[in-house]
Amino acid sequence: MPQRKDFRRPSGVSRRSVLAGGAALTSSLFAPGYLRAQDYPTSEVNTTGLAVTDETATVGILHSVTGTMAISETGSVQAEKLAIAQINALGGVLGRQLDYIQEDGASDWPTFAEKARKLLVNDRVPSVMGCWTSASRKAVLPVFEQYNGFLYYPTFYEGLEQSPNVIYMGQEATQQIIAGLDWVARTKGAETYYLLGSDYIWPRTSNKIARKHIENFLGQKVVGEEYYPLGHTQFNSVINKIRLRKPDVIYAIVVGGSNVAFYKQLKAAGIDMTSEDPVLLTISVTEDEIRGIGGENIEGAYACMKYFQSLENENNLAFVDAFKAMWGDDMVIGDVTQAAYLGPWLWKAAVEKAGSFDVDKVRAASPGIELTTAPEGYVRVHENHHLWSKTRVGRARTDGQYDVVFETADLVEPDPFPAGYQ
Amino acid sequence: MLARMTGALRFSPAEIAGFAILAAVVFLVLPLALDTFRLNLAGKYLTYAFVAVGLVLCWGAGGILSLGQGVFFGLGGYCMAMFLKLEASTPAATRIQSTPGIPDFMDWNQLTALPWWWEPFHSLAFSLVAVVAVPVALAWIIGLAMFRRRVGGVYFAIITQSLAAILTILVIGQQGFTGGVNGITDLRTLLGWDIRTDAAKEILYFVNGALLFACLLLARFILKSKLGRVLVAMRDQEDRVRFSGYDVAQFKMFIFCAGAAFAGVGGAMFTLQVGFMSPTLVGIVPSIEMVIFCAVGGRLSILGAVYGTLLVNWAKTTFSESFPELWLLGLGALFIGVVMAFPNGLAGLYADHVEPRIRALLAWLGVRGAMPAPVAGGAAREMAPARSVAGGRQSGRSLQARGGASPEPGP
Repeated sequence: MPQRKDFRRPSGVSRRSVLAGGAALTSSLFAPGYLRAQDYPTSEVNTTGLAVTDETATVGILHSVTGTMAISETGSVQAEKLAIAQINALGGVLGRQLDYIQEDGASDWPTFAEKARKLLVNDRVPSVMGCWTSASRKAVLPVFEQYNGFLYYPTFYEGLEQSPNVIYMGQEATQQIIAGLDWVARTKGAETYYLLGSDYIWPRTSNKIARKHIENFLGQKVVGEEYYPLGHTQFNSVINKIRLRKPDVIYAIVVGGSNVAFYKQLKAAGIDMTSEDPVLLTISVTEDEIRGIGGENIEGAYACMKYFQSLENENNLAFVDAFKAMWGDDMVIGDVTQAAYLGPWLWKAAVEKAGSFDVDKVRAASPGIELTTAPEGYVRVHENHHLWSKTRVGRARTDGQYDVVFETADLVEPDPFPAGYQ
Repeated sequence: MLARMTGALRFSPAEIAGFAILAAVVFLVLPLALDTFRLNLAGKYLTYAFVAVGLVLCWGAGGILSLGQGVFFGLGGYCMAMFLKLEASTPAATRIQSTPGIPDFMDWNQLTALPWWWEPFHSLAFSLVAVVAVPVALAWIIGLAMFRRRVGGVYFAIITQSLAAILTILVIGQQGFTGGVNGITDLRTLLGWDIRTDAAKEILYFVNGALLFACLLLARFILKSKLGRVLVAMRDQEDRVRFSGYDVAQFKMFIFCAGAAFAGVGGAMFTLQVGFMSPTLVGIVPSIEMVIFCAVGGRLSILGAVYGTLLVNWAKTTFSESFPELWLLGLGALFIGVVMAFPNGLAGLYADHVEPRIRALLAWLGVRGAMPAPVAGGAAREMAPARSVAGGRQSGRSLQARGGASPEPGP
């Protein structure tokens, strides 16, 4: 029996009140009023045999809750469950309460493919919130295209992809990188850069874009570029090279557990990030990673992404409160967790715009969908299935949070196949 | 010589029954009982059974515990994936890339031409040969380096394990040529035949089953032949075999290469059925998992290895679907339970408890000669290690590699 949860009757009183509070806020800003299922007969809104009945619609959640990726993906699962609970408190989607079937990808790419096939073929879910690493997305992509599923993918990633069966809720590489580099060149007077990262497609593609931007558009210089295997813990040699070449900016895309070693060794080697000599700019360290690194080891570093937990707007304050009420006060919320939270909401909006759960109609309705209630502010779905979003730079504090020091004036257009950066 | 050959070919009634039951399970029960999705999963499990059968040869019979069989599985799988990827990467299908006509991951890694060593994989014939030849060639080189120097037991296990780690790092590091962590994904057709459809998946399942039986029969032939006897002798008393004039290293290399060939075929069938290949199937964890499949089934029984693989993978899928956050604990409990209670796995359970009952029943019914020698359970008894050699040595009841199982002093 797959694990099923039904949020129609929230159990805890405190949770109910918090959800109601969140719901009230969300409904005032967003919901077009309660929709009634009898106005949308199942025979009309579900013509392709999906897991949608008169009372419920069942979506899939597909993340790793075991294995090495569990520590990163758990936040996404929690955010998705929160969004589903809030949507149910608001009357569901087309008058139907949401159920979910959760499957474990186990940090193993063939398992992701197997579970994706199960969710689409056996369970007939109309949409799946899932995946985290690029490798898992690449593994499930052919499955989603073959069975015409619909995936909401939360992670910032390397771009170079645009599937009709995926909504990419994280930023693709140019959105995340270019604004940050422009900012560091403008405000910190940076002229030389040292690029480094973990050795797989996302850091490599991101650094390729960063290098093109630095050399061709900023007219500045890259003085070094290095990659280390995932899980690598010995960064002394690169730290020595950095000290030798004295770059103005260390541009770091180190991923996962390696971060702990990297930042501790940087600090031990006397590179003081608070004095900003050099400036450390990363696109891979969210609040989740800082919990492992330790705030005191990364204080003063800058991160460039679209969301920080410390954002002060009404949507975000309500979101952070609701998240902590549901999952505990010691929770932190990173960029990807917030993006994952958007998934059920974006899907609900697309389904209600389409007036149907059928994947083809939801896909057709998706471009142009906007969320005014997103914790990061306002987002809109682009024709290329990525999100328009603002890019922000945060400065790490000792308590593991970021101070937002910069945000782009306008939404940044997603451009997964950037001309001039290939 | 000829008589000996035919002797090895003759099946006892019990063996015929064993093979027939497994054939019925693979070719009748599973296809009739499961829908296409579950059948495809069963097909995926059975690709691991190739490796498990190879391990019965190497480890169960030959005493060579390899913790790097994932390497050979992966090599076979990658050879197949390279062919399929080239077929999927037509200039028309990849026109969005900067360099159309090369695999997508090469384009992402700024390669502008196909590497020379990818070129031969345009040919299906070459690829099919490579599926077996590449793993065998690597196994032969390792064998040459290890067995000639009389490296064995725990040391060999450790070296094969490090080999799995090395190959994983190599594949991940050379992502422009191999696809890196993501692997080679989005495989579509085999000579124009779409391998992603339900019909194709069913056909591939039966092809897979047929190949598995071919390997099982070959493995049985090897074990029953004189070669098989030498292997068992070598496992239990390597020095005596050597002093009798046999070239022990030669035999070990042969059986290690045979295991690698089986694993390569399994890997290729995995790629065809699952639709991609990635380094997560090459590394240490899958290699050890494959040893566990073999151990659960019974490392002395080729048929037991197949059942063990099916059981463990079925449990893995079922537990993880029911308890997404706790399933690993359930699986761990299963392994501990099996190893504590039945060190010879399912086959040992059968040989110790089920088979005597059947024999008694048959005797009671007055059937004579139906089950002559204790050979059922895929020769589990016959291959069982000597229980009491000089010095009261006990090597039969533990799952350790030979060479690490001699705690007691000599006489």
